[in-house]
Order: sequence, then C-alpha cells, then structure tokens
Amino acid sequence: MIDCDVRATAPPVSALHEHLDAYWRDTVAERGIRSIQPSYELPGAGMREPGLPPEADLAVVNPISAIEALHSEDLAAALARGLNGWLRTRWLDADPRLRGSITVAPQSTELAVAEIDRLAGDGRFVQVLMPLRGQHPLGRRLYWPIYEACVRHGLALAVRAGGNIGSAITPVGWPSHFIEDLSTQSQAFQSQVMSMVLEGVFQRLPGLKVVLIGSGVTWLPSLCWRLDKNWKGIRREVPWVERPPSEIIRSCVRLTVRPFDAPPDAFAEVLAQLGSDSMLLYSGGGGPVPDVDYDANARQTYSRLRD
Amino acid sequence: MATVVTTGLVDCDIHNHPASNARLRPYLAERWRRHLERFGARSRHGLAEGYPYPKSAPQAARVDAWPTDGGPPGSSLAFMREQLLDPLGTSFGILNCLHAGASQIDADLGAALCSAVNDWQVAEWLEREPRLRASIVIPFDSGDASAAEIDRVAGHPGFVQALMLVRTLEPIGRLRYWPIYEACERHRLPLGVHFGGYAGHPVSSSGWPSSYLEDHTSMAMAFQAQLVSLVFEGVFERFPGLQVVCIEGGVAWLPPLVWRMDRLFQEMGDEVPELRRPPSEYVREHVWLTTQPVEEPDRPEQLVQVFDRIGPDRLLFATDYPHWDYDDPARAFPAPLPDRLRDRVYRANAVALYGLPEP
Repeated sequence: MIDCDVRATAPPVSALHEHLDAYWRDTVAERGIRSIQPSYELPGAGMREPGLPPEADLAVVNPISAIEALHSEDLAAALARGLNGWLRTRWLDADPRLRGSITVAPQSTELAVAEIDRLAGDGRFVQVLMPLRGQHPLGRRLYWPIYEACVRHGLALAVRAGGNIGSAITPVGWPSHFIEDLSTQSQAFQSQVMSMVLEGVFQRLPGLKVVLIGSGVTWLPSLCWRLDKNWKGIRREVPWVERPPSEIIRSCVRLTVRPFDAPPDAFAEVLAQLGSDSMLLYSGGGGPVPDVDYDANARQTYSRLRD
Repeated sequence: MATVVTTGLVDCDIHNHPASNARLRPYLAERWRRHLERFGARSRHGLAEGYPYPKSAPQAARVDAWPTDGGPPGSSLAFMREQLLDPLGTSFGILNCLHAGASQIDADLGAALCSAVNDWQVAEWLEREPRLRASIVIPFDSGDASAAEIDRVAGHPGFVQALMLVRTLEPIGRLRYWPIYEACERHRLPLGVHFGGYAGHPVSSSGWPSSYLEDHTSMAMAFQAQLVSLVFEGVFERFPGLQVVCIEGGVAWLPPLVWRMDRLFQEMGDEVPELRRPPSEYVREHVWLTTQPVEEPDRPEQLVQVFDRIGPDRLLFATDYPHWDYDDPARAFPAPLPDRLRDRVYRANAVALYGLPEP
C-alpha cells in the first residue's frame, strides 16, 4: 500500500539553519523569524517524527508550511530551500520507504523552477507541492514554467489544502470561523481545477499529473457536470480546450482519498458519478474508504514509483 | 412548444430591466437625479460601461430577446408576454431585477436606486400583469437601509421576496446582514440570493480567473461560501423562520457541501457551540434552489439522485429569461423528470414557498 499523504508538521525555523546559507541564517536570527506554521491547520496537526502508517509500504511526505504567506519572494524561496533540505535529512534519510514533495514558494516562478531543478536529481522526490490558495489562479501562464519543470523531471504537481496570502480566503470575504475556512476550501479546489483546465495547461502539457491533497473529493462530479455544460455553451472563449473538461480532468487530475466528504452510504454513488476508478490515491487516517486499486493508481500517477 | 406541466408553470427567475436610467428618474429625488447626471453610477470595477468579464453575448441575452421597440432585453412587458409568459403557459413568474442599484460603491445612491427600481416595478410591472410577482431589490451590503426598504414596500402583495446578489462585501452570515433577515422574518418573505454582483473580492479564493466561462462557473462557488457562512454563523438558529433561495447558482454542489459541513461539524463543532444541530438539518429546513443553470451529467439518473439528496420539495424551476443560458421547461433537464418530481419542481414547490394562489 502506498500512502500518498503523510503530513509532516513544519519544524521551527531554527531546524532549517543548517540548510540556509550564511546570509539567510543571519537574517532569520536578526529578524526573529521563528515559525512557518500555518494558521489554517489545527494546532497539533501533522506528524512531528518521521514514520509511516502501519498499513503502508511506501509513503509520500508533504510538509505543511505557510511559506506562501510571506511577501518577500527571496525570503520565501530561501525558507522553501531550507524546508526541503530538512525534509531530506530529517525524514527521507530516516526511512527508505519514504518519498518526498518539493516545497516551492509560489511567489516567484523563477525561483520555484530553480528549486525544482536543484532537487530533481534526488529520485526520492516524486512531486512538487503548491498551496491551494495563492495570489493567482493556478492556470495562469505565469505558473507554467513550474509545470514544465515537473514534466521535464517526471514529477507530479501536488496542490494541497490550505494556503493564505492575506487577502480574503473566500470569494465573498473573510469568514469568522476555522470551520468555515476548512468548509470553503472545497470551493478553492473547484476554482483551481477549473483554472488549470480552461487555461489550457493540460493541452500544453498532456503528461502533467495534478494531485489534489486533502480536497474532500466529492465536490468533483458536480463541477465536471457544470463545466461540461458551460464549455458546450461558450467554448468559443477557450478554443484551445478541445475536449469536454470532464475528460481532461479524468485523465490528468488525481485526488487523495481522505478526507472523503460523504457518509459511507454515498461512497458508491459518488464513485459512479466520478466515472473513473483510477483517480483516487490512498491516504490513511481511519474510516471506510472506497474499494479501488490504489497502488496501480499511485504508480500511474508518480512516474518515479513505477520501478 | 410542448408544455410539461398541466396546471401552470411557475418561473422563479425572470429578469426585467429599465429601458434606460431615464425610466427611473420619476422615482428618484432631485438630489439623486443631479448626482447621476454629474457623477454616474459606479460599481466596484473599473469600467464605466460593460463588464470586466465581457459576457458571451450583449447584455448576456438571448439574441432573440431584444424587444422590437428597441429597448434592452427584459425592458418590455408586452414583448415578455409574447415571448415568454404566453407560449410557456406561465401561471406565475418571479421578477428578479438585476439593476446595478444594489451594488453601488456609494451606499446612499444604492439605496435610492433600489427604492426607485422597486417603485418602478410596482407601477410598470406588478400593476399591469397579474401573472407577475417581484423581488424587492435592496442595497444588501447596508443591512439597516435594506431592512428599511423591505419595510417600505413589503405591504404590496406583488412583492414575494427580498433579493440580494451572491457576491457581497462580507460573508452573509455576518452581523451586518442580520437586519435583512429580521425584516424578512417580520414580513414572512423569503430571501433570494442571485448570481452576480461586484463585491471587490476576486471571484475565486486565489485571485481573478481569466474568462467569462470561469466567472460564470465560479458563481456556484460563491453560493457555497455563503451557505457555509449562514450555517456556521448561526443565522438559521437565530432566525428560525428565514427561508433562503439560491437563484441561478446550480444545484448539484449542495449534497457534497452539506456532507463536508457535517463532517467538519462532527470534528470541530465545538468552535460554534450556538449550533444545536448538524448543518445538514439547517440546510434541509431553510434552503431552496432554483434549477437553472442545472448541471448536466452524462447519465441523467445521476441528476435525479442529486435532486433526491437535496430534497424534491426544495427545487424551483427557473428559466432565467432573457439571458443566453435560458432554460426551456421542456428541455431544461438531460431527461424528463420522473412523475414524482415534475409537478413539485415546475409548480408546487414555488406555490408553497411564495404563498401563491393555487390555479
């Protein structure tokens, strides 16, 4: 069994020191930069020590940090480098069954691509990790060099729940509660999938696999139905989208299965609505999960796991 | 045209529109007439005329919906009778006027324009066509002014709901909107929340998408965010009589959203201790949806599954006349609705919600 979403808690910035160069080591000390913990994760979320769930033979580790929240491109990129270094030495070196995600700071495409190129030679990295909510929709051209780097190196692109850049986290402003933040992230996933499909990312890069991490899954069928309908009606606006959006989504988008936003009696119904049993990737965490061939799906998604 | 109901269609989303701002002048105070001449009307975007996401057709209208008198779509009652009400055999139609009054940057101007639109609706629509009912347009980001407007005109029997747009300054569970809910309860009016608006926030939570296609589809996400806010801010706990109608937001997203809210409520409901029941129960009792633009699964039975999950008594048929994505009642759904749903969706649910007379 391959668990595709083991969450590593972001360590204190002091744990990244050995992976920062002298300027950034001095900077984080001088300016008192101590934490990259997200405000949109419940306190105590994620694992502090390297490990795998008992049922897993292999696991993909996703460090969850709020690097996207910083407004300096350079500082964000430096901390992403530090976090990636920490992941290699603290997690991937600790257990040969662990695989990693390359955290990139979406603030600068140029620096993100450089970080991917720097680390891609380490075969233990299987994907590039971006936050769900950011400055721009993920289909916008400014991000395409990141996706080209993914394809060039045989890496998937992971979009993980969360992200907060300081502007409203919903299309209608700031909600009051944590529970609203988490409830509304499924709309953000809808927006990002729509953006990548309609801007033509998958037309340009048909080999790109996008993995949605912690999305809740069950919002996808209704999005596909609405997108197909609107595409039928007004596709003249996006002539490069040559197939119904749902077809593109089924071939290019994958989702980790937990959390699964449905009661157990609705699993079969939702799976039938998805219209594909190759889209779901296993992620641990208790409760029933649909019966699909997770390992085949993971190996098909992550070219670096095929051998 | 084939009719699909035998006892009279109720169309829950028809758009009337003033032929020009000049048509509202008789209903505006001199101060606001002068203001409009000198400064114009301004929403929260940069174009003096037109849309930052240009529609797929002028005014987002059906090409055949331009009245023969030269006015814009939705401006002629005679043409609306001829093109919509008569051929469909509509027994009742609900007017949702999308005039820009509701989303003015200047809140006072917005309130004045909303009042003018409502008076214009009474004089030129409700008093002239017994099949029509209308929504009270309100300057919805100003709760008190909205409540005052509802109080001012709710006595007219032609008004059957208050209307806001889905894109707001803040999530609508916030306190600033509560005077609207008090007024709706006071007058036993449902609150309609309609597609559209310019609130100043990007329509996605990650910035502005490129296309009208995305803008249009994204509205469904805005509806979802608003329901999350209404539920978790405790609006339905505080206003047990409030009924909310999501108009032109699509429908199929509702069951998964409710599943997600219920899951999170189980995990962290102690953050919102004023909620005494799971989100699904509030939604089931307080939320209605108009059908257009309905999602279209390849397998039509999946839409029926969705309708059953939502609740067959909560869906309201709507055409969205005169817009390009108009739904013809005979062709709106990927397959004809089963008998047990048909009369409810096309007629009976709306009769119950809006207190319409049985034909």
